[in-house]
Amino acid sequence: MGKLTNPVLLKELKLRFRFFKSVSGMLAYLIAMSIFVIGFFYITTQLTGTGYFRPSESFYLFSMLSLIQMGMILFIAPGLTAGAISAEREKQTLNMLLTTTQSSWQIIIGKLLSSLAFLGLLLFASLPFYSLVFLFGGISPVQLLTVFFFYFVTMVAIGSIGIFFSTMTKRTITSMIATYSSSVFVAGFTLFFFFISIMVNQTMIEAGEIAPFTYFWLSINPGALVLSLLSGNLMTEFYTLAGIDIPIWVTYLLFYTVLSIVLLTISSSRLRANMKRG
Amino acid sequence: MIDIQGLTKKYEDFTALDQLTLHIEQGTVFGFVGSNGAGKSTTFSILATLLAPTSGTAYINGANIIEQPNDVRRQLGYMPDFFGVYDQLKTDEYLDFYGASYGLSSQQRAELIPTLLELVKLTDKRYEYVDLLSRGMKQRLCLARALIHDPAVLILDEPASGLDPRSRSEMRDIVKTLKMQGKTILISSHILPELAEMCDEIGVLEKGRLIARGSVDSIQGHMQGDRQLTVKVLNSSQQAASHFRNDPLVSNVQIVDDNTVICFYRGSKEQQVNLLKQALQQDILIYQLQEERQDLEDIFLTITKGAEK
Ligand SMILES: Nc1ncnc2c1ncn2[C@@H]1O[C@H](COP(=O)(O)OP(=O)(O)OP(=O)(O)O)[C@@H](O)[C@H]1O
Ligand SMILES: [Mg+2]
Repeated sequence: MGKLTNPVLLKELKLRFRFFKSVSGMLAYLIAMSIFVIGFFYITTQLTGTGYFRPSESFYLFSMLSLIQMGMILFIAPGLTAGAISAEREKQTLNMLLTTTQSSWQIIIGKLLSSLAFLGLLLFASLPFYSLVFLFGGISPVQLLTVFFFYFVTMVAIGSIGIFFSTMTKRTITSMIATYSSSVFVAGFTLFFFFISIMVNQTMIEAGEIAPFTYFWLSINPGALVLSLLSGNLMTEFYTLAGIDIPIWVTYLLFYTVLSIVLLTISSSRLRANMKRG
Repeated sequence: MIDIQGLTKKYEDFTALDQLTLHIEQGTVFGFVGSNGAGKSTTFSILATLLAPTSGTAYINGANIIEQPNDVRRQLGYMPDFFGVYDQLKTDEYLDFYGASYGLSSQQRAELIPTLLELVKLTDKRYEYVDLLSRGMKQRLCLARALIHDPAVLILDEPASGLDPRSRSEMRDIVKTLKMQGKTILISSHILPELAEMCDEIGVLEKGRLIARGSVDSIQGHMQGDRQLTVKVLNSSQQAASHFRNDPLVSNVQIVDDNTVICFYRGSKEQQVNLLKQALQQDILIYQLQEERQDLEDIFLTITKGAEK
């Protein structure tokens, strides 16, 4: 990038956090999380009848929290990013931004990071809930860090999809629809295709052959990723099933990193008119 | 300096800009006239590197718009015809953001902003939210924004559109100040007399073609037919009227009151001098002669009517 300061990033951060709405949004989220955690405590201690909260339940709570937060990322990241460029186009501020000497890449990255900043803050603010989990055991700090790292990877990936559609489409509404559809695809359709490919590849799987599609569809699913990070055992059966034992997180990381880079590169090359090709 | 060479823009089979070639010297204020859809904004967008031309090219202070768009951006201040502002930003933050976007250091920005606000007379609005400013103020702010990186060339797309007469005159004054600073300015407007006042040269664009170009006077001189003279005399307006009626170049003589005659005159300036000399010799005491310039508006209509055919 050449320069450490990114004007778009700095301006948008200033705007986003100046106003009450971001604070109230965050409060609402934290309240919802608290209700969930308290409810979870209440139900588990009641159901087990012991009045204790054991490490296994703590682990279960952690898994639930992690999945919920992943779901939240998939749900919120499109909304935050899908309008990043197209809204400027609609508000007629884009032209003036594009006539400045900032590089297209700088503008795109500034937009991406500033749009995701709010989401990052939400995740950060949810850390105290995890301290509860530490209190009761069942999870290691490394596991927590890994999960958060993959939140980041997923945020950037979904965010890049949003920025991409926002750059390529004229209107925010189109971009929103396309980005949310992508998110639904990533969260749900990958699972659907996973099951389809199990059925289609049944004979291969039974013969113990390698079923790359079966492996692929599951390994790009964020939910499967979270579960695989939490419990290696959960996935052993899957690895033998697909005949590939590369950990899911490797494929996940690779796939979404490449996807993000490709989408952001296309976005930055399409942001401005290509003067060389009329 | 702006050098436009055979610039063409086609939208499918519609030609919005047709082989425009135009050279504008440094320090010139050049006015772009043309009816709606003539291709003014298209030209400006291409020069501002926002739109790729179908063919042809242009140079802004020596930088090629196609090969060196970033050098063009550095040299060029562009004010679009329609624009929005970021809400929730204050005036000084607004300018600060664009300053940073042009790579100015925070110190440079801090020094420049008060100067620019002074220039566009928005000093007292420094800490107000941009979207709460009036239209005229926003327009001036947008001009200040276009100036933040001290560009040598300015492209202003109808900077005074939608403004009341007072704001328009303020905008004109700012443009004059910028001209004095030696900037090359390309400006389009629908309000034609205004261009006449600001510009050194005018180009008339119609259907993507430059159909006339020259100094304000030469275009007016070239295009004008009859001009209206209002003559005030100390003695009898009757006598003056009959004198004018005798001249074949004068038409439509009307007596307004005891001292005032209106007529239309078709001759050259030299012929006009003769007419007046003869009048004075005949003791017609002309103490005031006012020439209603046929304004650009009418000339513009005359010219573009020609292009329709
Ligand atoms: N994206 C586009 N697709 C097709 N035609 C376009 C497009 N943009 C502009 N045009 C056409 O190009 C022509 C020139 O438009 P332009 O905006 O340059 O005119 P203008 O001289 O600025 O007019 P105005 O005085 O109304 O601002 C118009 O006929 C317009 O319809
Ligand atoms: Mg226009």
